[in-house]
Amino acid sequence: MLENYLKLIWAYLKIGLFGFGGGYAMLSLIQREVVDSGWITSQMFTDIVAISQMTPGPIGINSATYIGYVVTGSVLGSLVTTLTVVLPPFILTLIAAHYIDRHRQSPFIKGAFMGLRPVVVGLIASAALLLMNSENFGYETNERLITIAICIASFCIVYFTRIHPILVIILAGIAGLLVF
Amino acid sequence: MNNLYLQLFLTFSKIGAFTFGGGWAMISIIQREIVEKHKWIELEDFLDLLAVAQSMPGILAVNISVVIGDRLKGIKGSICAAIGTILPSFLMILAIAIFLTPDTIKNNAIVSRIFKGIRPAVVALIIAPVLTTARSAGINWKTVIIPVAVALLIYSKIPYISNPIIYIVLGAFGGYLYYLHSLLKGNHHNGKEATDA
Repeated sequence: MLENYLKLIWAYLKIGLFGFGGGYAMLSLIQREVVDSGWITSQMFTDIVAISQMTPGPIGINSATYIGYVVTGSVLGSLVTTLTVVLPPFILTLIAAHYIDRHRQSPFIKGAFMGLRPVVVGLIASAALLLMNSENFGYETNERLITIAICIASFCIVYFTRIHPILVIILAGIAGLLVF
Repeated sequence: MNNLYLQLFLTFSKIGAFTFGGGWAMISIIQREIVEKHKWIELEDFLDLLAVAQSMPGILAVNISVVIGDRLKGIKGSICAAIGTILPSFLMILAIAIFLTPDTIKNNAIVSRIFKGIRPAVVALIIAPVLTTARSAGINWKTVIIPVAVALLIYSKIPYISNPIIYIVLGAFGGYLYYLHSLLKGNHHNGKEATDA
């Protein structure tokens, strides 16, 4: 019981402290902590990302809230996990805000972010790669053909049009309901 | 004046409740509320604070609310603003976690079919920003090796090697060294030019 809490806190401390580059870049970090540790399946992780996309708020918080509840089965676990992911950045940001002038032209920050940019691209790509599995695309050939078609169609809509991602998820859900 | 705490909380909970898509989508809405509507902060000041929030790890939306709350009302202000940002999505996801459990998704025939269709779309939603961030990061044929190597090493699931934290630290540290190096080279170069002239 207490062990679960400590593990959750340790996992989300890391996610909060090393979460650079926005929600999508944090996905592989979150995935490593919560899927590889066996708390949830890859499929459930994908579902949480979907739910997070369709509800307001950042994925970092949403995943903490959802997984905190699933792992501990209690509202307290959900609250503790959510606060854990927020607290270290909260403190760091507060400190940084007070040293804003010293901070602004800092070559450390400037250089570090230049170096992080290509890494962030790789982080997002790894999250996508990790989710391309049978749990998300089905085990049978027929099912796979359909899911791959949905994936390609969704990609084209998101990448080439200005249609909102939420609408894409809704359409894919309707497609799933009709086809499967 | 005490009111400002409440206003901070309410403004940020409004932003938290109605903004889909996290940090980047939130920036323009926060700017509209904080700079244009409430006129709490000048635009230039807002952009400086935004730069600070962006340079810190964690969730951008929360970090922005922290710096703005802090600027207006100190630490207590930043707590009010941060709780405002977090609370709406916390309550919403908690309700979903209670009612839409993993078992429900698996065992309810209709929900299970809907999610079968949604999962491949979610993967597509993650592939798209790979390309857009690659473009905005100015990735070319020479530098493409970095994201490709990072993605494959994390994907490899080899113990330790596949830990994303390694590449975040390496990227930041490498970028710092590279910047320092080019700065020194640049200075040296300028100095030489000056003596030549």
